[in-house]
This record gives sequence, C-alpha cells and structure tokens, in this order.
Amino acid sequence: MQDGATGIGASVKRVEDKRFLTGKGRYTDDINRPGQVHAYILRSPHAHATIKGMNKAAAEAAPGVIAVFNGEDMEVGSLPCGWQVNNKDGSPMHEPGHPPLARGKVRHVGDQVAVIIAETLEQAKDASDLLAVEYQTHEASIHMDKALGGGPLVHDEIGTNLCYDWEIGDEAEVDKVFAGAAHVTEIDIVNNRLIPNAMEPRAAVGEYDRSDDRYTLYTTSQNPHVIRLLMGAFVLSIPEHKLRVVAPDVGGGFGSKIYHYAEEAIVTWAAPKVGRPIKWTAERSESFISDAHGRDHISHAKMAMDKDGKFLGLKVATKANMGAYLSTFAPCVPTYLYATLLAGVYTTPVIYCNVKAVFTHTVPVDAYRGAGRPEATYLLERLVAKCARETGISQTDIRRKNFIPADAFPYQTPVALQYDSGDYITTLDAAEKAHDVAGFPARKAASEAKGKRRGIGYSTYLEACGIAPSAVVGSLGARAGLYESAEVRVHPTGSVTVFTGSHSHGQGHETTFAQLVSEKLGVPYDAIEISHGDTDKVQFGMGTYGSRSLAVGGVAIDKALDKVIAKAKKIAAHMMEASDEDLEFKDGKFTVAGTDRELSFGEVALSAYVPHNFPHEELEPGLDEKAFYDPLNFTYPGGCHIAEVEVDPETGVVTMERMTAVDDVGRVVNPMIVAGQIHGGLAQGIGQALLEGCVYDDSGQLLTGSYMDYTMPRADNLPSFGVGTESTMCTHNSLGVKGCGEVGAIGSPPAVINALVDALWDVGVRDMPMPATPQTVWNVINSAGTAAAAE
Amino acid sequence: MPTVSMTVNGKKVSGEVEGRTLLVQFLRENLRLTGTHVGCDTSQCGACVVHLNGDSVKSCTMLAAQADGAEVTTIEGLADGETLHPMQEAFREHHGLQCGFCTPGMVMSAVDLVKKNPKASEAEIREWLEGNICRCTGYHNIVKAIQHAQTTMSA
Repeated sequence: MQDGATGIGASVKRVEDKRFLTGKGRYTDDINRPGQVHAYILRSPHAHATIKGMNKAAAEAAPGVIAVFNGEDMEVGSLPCGWQVNNKDGSPMHEPGHPPLARGKVRHVGDQVAVIIAETLEQAKDASDLLAVEYQTHEASIHMDKALGGGPLVHDEIGTNLCYDWEIGDEAEVDKVFAGAAHVTEIDIVNNRLIPNAMEPRAAVGEYDRSDDRYTLYTTSQNPHVIRLLMGAFVLSIPEHKLRVVAPDVGGGFGSKIYHYAEEAIVTWAAPKVGRPIKWTAERSESFISDAHGRDHISHAKMAMDKDGKFLGLKVATKANMGAYLSTFAPCVPTYLYATLLAGVYTTPVIYCNVKAVFTHTVPVDAYRGAGRPEATYLLERLVAKCARETGISQTDIRRKNFIPADAFPYQTPVALQYDSGDYITTLDAAEKAHDVAGFPARKAASEAKGKRRGIGYSTYLEACGIAPSAVVGSLGARAGLYESAEVRVHPTGSVTVFTGSHSHGQGHETTFAQLVSEKLGVPYDAIEISHGDTDKVQFGMGTYGSRSLAVGGVAIDKALDKVIAKAKKIAAHMMEASDEDLEFKDGKFTVAGTDRELSFGEVALSAYVPHNFPHEELEPGLDEKAFYDPLNFTYPGGCHIAEVEVDPETGVVTMERMTAVDDVGRVVNPMIVAGQIHGGLAQGIGQALLEGCVYDDSGQLLTGSYMDYTMPRADNLPSFGVGTESTMCTHNSLGVKGCGEVGAIGSPPAVINALVDALWDVGVRDMPMPATPQTVWNVINSAGTAAAAE
Repeated sequence: MPTVSMTVNGKKVSGEVEGRTLLVQFLRENLRLTGTHVGCDTSQCGACVVHLNGDSVKSCTMLAAQADGAEVTTIEGLADGETLHPMQEAFREHHGLQCGFCTPGMVMSAVDLVKKNPKASEAEIREWLEGNICRCTGYHNIVKAIQHAQTTMSA
C-alpha cells in the first residue's frame, strides 16, 4: 500500500483524533441544555430489603430541589429484556419485572430507589441525605449455590431463583461416547465476574419540547435506535416519531452501554414533569453498582478421548449468574453466545451442554467484551491444556491432532454453528514463530537462574461474531432482528455523507467506513463524512456490539454503495448516450468500452442534481441510496494466542513477559486500527486473568466498588504485545471481513492461565483461579505440595 | 461564595465557587472547558490531569480555591493554534487513542513526563502512567506515542 493511500488495506490516520486530542470531543456529560437541572439517584444500600416507607418532605423542601420521585410516582413499563430463552421442556424462562425505580423491594446494592432533581447537582446530593427511606432488610442470595440451594428468593412471585434450565445436544448420545472412551479429562472452571469500566461513566440528558410534543434523550449508548425502541415502546409509551435519541461521542462501551438503563427512562420521563432538561451523570462508584457486570460462570466440563488423544465428546454443565434482573441481552449470553462455541476449533463430534441461569441479589450481568465466547474459550482451552498433560501429548500436538482441517470448510459443528472459513494451523505456526517459542527453553533457564519460574501457555480459539442473521437469532428467542442499515448520500459537488446504524465509541468508524467509500467510489478521502449516533439523522440501526460494525454495518454501506454506482451508471449512460451495460466504473471514472469517452464520478453526481435533460419517466434525479443488510451467517474469527509469564515463587508476583496474538479477522481494512483493537482486547483478557475480579461479601456489599479495590490493568501491568494477522476471507459477505473487536479478550485469558500452570507445574500446581493475583498465586503455590504428593 | 481567579490557557479568568468546588468542576462547568474529563471519584484514573504552574496534577483532587492565582493549562490550551503539540501529534501518528475519554489526561501527563525525564525508558514510561487508566488501547500505542514524542519534543 503506497503512502497517502486511503482505500482498503491502508493504515489511514484517524479522522476522529483531532477533536479528541484537542479537548473538542463532545461526550454526553459535556452537553448542557438551556435551563438544565440535575438529577441524583438515591440507590439501595442493601442487597435485599423491603421498602417500608419513604418520607420525601424534608428532601422536597431542601434548597434548590425541584422534585423528588420514587417508584410509586413513576408508574411506567418494565425495563424490557430483549431475548427469551426456553427451558429444556420448551417452557419460557422466568422474566420478572424490572421497574426503573424500585417498588416494594430492592434487589441489589445500587438498585434505584428515588430521584432527586435540583438546580445543581450538589443541591440534589445534599437533599438525598434528607430523604428518609425505611427499609426492612432480609438475608440475601449472593452466590449461585446458595440461590439455588434454598436461599432467599430474589423475586418472590416466581417462586424460584432458577431463571431457566437450558440444554443443547443429545445427552444420552454423549454419555454413550464417554462410556466407551479410552481416557476422560475433567475440569472445574470458574469464570470470574468482571466490571466493564468504560472510562466514560454513563450519563443521560432528557429534554421535552412542549411546542412539538417531542422528547430528546442524549445518552452514552452503543445503539441509540435500540434505546429509542425499548424505552419508547416498552417503558414510557412514546412513539418513535416523538422521540429522538442521540448517542454523541461515547467514551468506550465494551458491552456495558448496549442496554437500556433505568436512568435513561427516569430523565426522559421526568423532563416534562419539571419542565426543564435534566442531566444525570454516574459517579464511578455508581458505575460499579449499576452498570451491567460481565461473565460469572461456574462450570464442570469433561472431554472424552480415544487412546491417541483424539477428542470424541464434550460434556459441560454451567451455572450462569443473571444478577437481580434480566438485562437487555442477558439470557442469550450463556446460551447462544456460549454453548454454541464449545466445539471451538476442534472436530469434537458430539457435545452436550446444560446451562442453569440463576437470579441473585447482585447487579444484573450481561454481555461484556466477547460475551459468552470468552467463557466458552476459557473452559475449552483450559480443558484442552489439561487433556494434553494427562495424555502426555504436547500442547501443540493435541491441538493440531484435533483441529478442523483447512480444507473442511464449510464445517458444521454439533452445536448449531456452520463455520465458513479458517486455517488454524497457519495461525498457530505464525504465532509460534512470532513468539519465538524456539527460544523459550533458554528464557526459562535464565528465569530459573534468578530463582523465578517461567511458563508458556496456548490458546487456539475461535469465536462467532458479526452478530447476526435475523432468521437464526429469531428462531433462538431474540425479539429483534440483527441486520444493519446504511445510507450513502452523494452531494451535488461529489462529496459524500454516509449515515450508519453502527455506533463508534472508540472503534474508529469515521475512518474505516470512509475507507470503504474512498475505495469503491474513488472519492477523495477528505470529501467523505460518516454520521452516526442520532436517530433523527440515521434512518435506523441496531448498533455496535458483537464485533458487528464492519461485518454487518460495513457491508450495509457496501451494499448502498453498489446501489449508488448502479444509479450513477444509469445517469452516466444517459449523459454519454451509451447503454449502461457498456459502461465501466473504475478509479472514480465511468468509461464507455471501446471509446475514449469518460465522466468522473463528480460530474455524474452534479448531473444527478442538475437533471436538465433527464428522461424523468426512466431516471429520477438525486443520488442517495439506502440499504439494509441482514447477514447470512455469523463470521468466525479465530487464531492463536501465546502467553509467557514469569512467577516469583517467593511473593506470587506474576510478570507478563510476552503476549503474542496471531488472529484471522478476515480482510483487514485499516491494519493500524485492527492492531489497536486487538491490543485493547488483550489488555482486558490479561486483566481478567491476572487482575480483575468482582467480589461481593455474603451480605451483598460490593467489596470491589472503586478503583482502589478493583484492579484495572495499568500500563506497568502489561508488556508491549506482538500482534499479527493471518487472514482467510469470510465467504458470505461482500467485504470478506470477520471482525476484530473482541478476539483479544476472547483468546487471551486461557493462554495466560495455561502459562501460569505451566510455570508452576514442577512445584505441583495443577490449577489456577482467575484473577491470579499475587496473593492467590502465593496461596496456590503453598498448598500445591500436598496436591502433587497425592498424585 | 468566594471568588477565585487564575490564568487558564493564557487567559485571566475568575468566578464564584463554593468552597467545595473542585478545580475540575470549575474548568468544566464555569469555564465550559469540557476537554478535561472525570472518570472516577477516587483520584485513580487521571482523565482530569491538567498542568498547574507547569506540573501535571489531577484536577479532581484539588479545590478550585487552591488554584487561586495559578497558571493552569488544559488540553484545550496545548496546541499552538492549528498546529498540534508534538505529543498530540505523536498520539495521532501512533494510534494512541481510541474512545478519546482518557486521552486529554493521558496527553497532559505524558507531556509532563517527557519534560521531567526526556529519556525515560519503556519501563519508566509505564511506571509514570500508573496514574492514568486507559480501557481501550492496552497502553501499547500510548507508550509508542510517548517514545516518539521524546524525539520530537526535544527537536
């Protein structure tokens, strides 16, 4: 790719950077509307309590206070769940109500109890101290075993804490395979609960304009149209044409800003009541107890093998924590985004998985970067590493022996998915080379010479993203379609505005999507603008999550570009008095085959808006096309992550020495941005493995409720990464793209933990929980001697 | 309410604040300089870093009143007109930002690092950044950007 190139494959510098680097980004909390007042949400300090009474008088009389509302005042619909999962017997899951402000009971620390609206935020906060809420506290079900084992009910009306009991696969058939297996390896896995922690706290500004009876909500969302639909149709009964939702610059999401949250509904509902725009911004401590958490699975898994280590069958039982209420996507995460991934990159012929989803008195749990796929990958890659240990086969040989071969695609797995492309040996080979695995023994010896231990760990993984074909997800209980939409508007002088339903909150769409347009239309890169995040501008959109922006949103743009070219061709044919079949469009020029006649794209665009001699019955003026793209299949990025750690056995301190990732993300549009996405994913994966863990005490108090207690990865916790791509093309979308946003977080945690187990194998360590903090590692080392002696 | 006066980005400003008003609130709310961000409430994340009399400080960790009479530079005052500061340019060149929320504090902190320790090693850069949290980049490209700016800032 030559310097200055702006098409597909060029590392174009980002368009968005200048505003972010000069302090000109416009995030929700930066928005100040005329007459704006401030909301403070009073939250439950208890995990489980009955609200016996609330005296609002003193708070209402406090200086600056405009209104105080509680759950009895706010009679609106329930915050909806977007996905229904059915039980084994076909009956639907339990779906308890979720009022934006609690009514009767509070069900987790942080549950919204009341909103105080005042002239200033300080006045609202001061008044909250005067709001007298009488609680009758109850024992809480915090951990899943207690919740399922007769612990207090989270929702009395459903009579159980089991949300659903779901399965995939034929259990009897899998059991038969296990009965005849030469060897069975079993493992217990805990996938630690995480708190997403986008750096921008959530915020919302609600506004009502009486003159045209219209509402506007500015919010920190990954999908403003979805919020418009959920809040408008299900919670507040505001029709779409009377509700505008704007998600301006958003400071990271990682899944946590997909969902429709109570505070969005509260400020929108209250705005006409107080007759002023209302702003609410979370403090970080509020984010910890009100943003949806991630992961939190407990599983047992076993792999049946023949005498040569070939996988014959996999059986998994998982308990998944839903928290106190069903967040927007929650039920699908441990089912359709998890169990369907359990084949991984292997030819395991039969698989059975049972998932029990559990209500607890904790913050709702939903999709967090990777969503289900990191849980599946962690389980599978830890299990595969253990299979290798128990059979005496090397970590790479057992993988190579069981890989789906590169010539076996399309490949139908036993857990519903059909993979379209991949080449797992190539990514493994490339990763081993990039990592300098050959040099590992020397590095290990050097570590040992200074009294340290060094280990290497593999993860050969796959994920399903580009979410998702509407027909497939519809049959699995999704209450929405998961297509994307785009509009390509060519202006009279040939510049282009693209309206996309994808939302960028760090991914760089304004750059990558412009590259698609520049490549296809030959329009100069600086004559293209990408518009997103405003339901009044963009026709529709399902938003950004599940690594879908390029693979679904980008393909929708590509489809709209095809329509623009087809229309422009008709115009050019008319202008050049040729048949449009004889026209060729290349490098921004229309030419007539066999002649020297040509027109630039800009000339055709101008003519579209100055149609002085158009045959109007055949050719409409204008050059503005829309497309909706519904993908035919998921996309299947995959690859190999190799982690190398050094452990100080005296202190339990782990150093990430090397982290190598070679990923197949399909066609790469902007290599610089793709590498950046993978870096970020790796940091979150390493964070999960070594640093981050959400801890509740038995009464339901969040012990990791600030950055003093919840360990965010810092620069000095991480190494520089070695990342590369080895791509096979997606076969079912026009760009060949697969997606890269989540691969780092999906592939890396098992590589890190496998490396730790490898480092400490010789001192008897056989397992290592996440997060492997120094204290945990030290404890594991010091209790390992007995385990090894017992073998 | 007490009045505070200071020089912000070369301009003399003053305003009435409550005693409890933080410097970051004064910058964001009174002066509408919204480039300085608030990412936490425990002085950990560093999204609010500005320069106070030439040194990087977390503007969420001091009162506006404590900055009375001081020279403050925020991210809005770092560039020279349309020409980006070499650190801003380095972040752009090396893709040292994604969502942009931590970026103002990260850049202001990095400028102070290079001023104080122009030849900082990778390990020293990473250690310095301990007080600035980024959730997007994994710090890889931030470190590269700062290394690049070590050469361009001294040129």
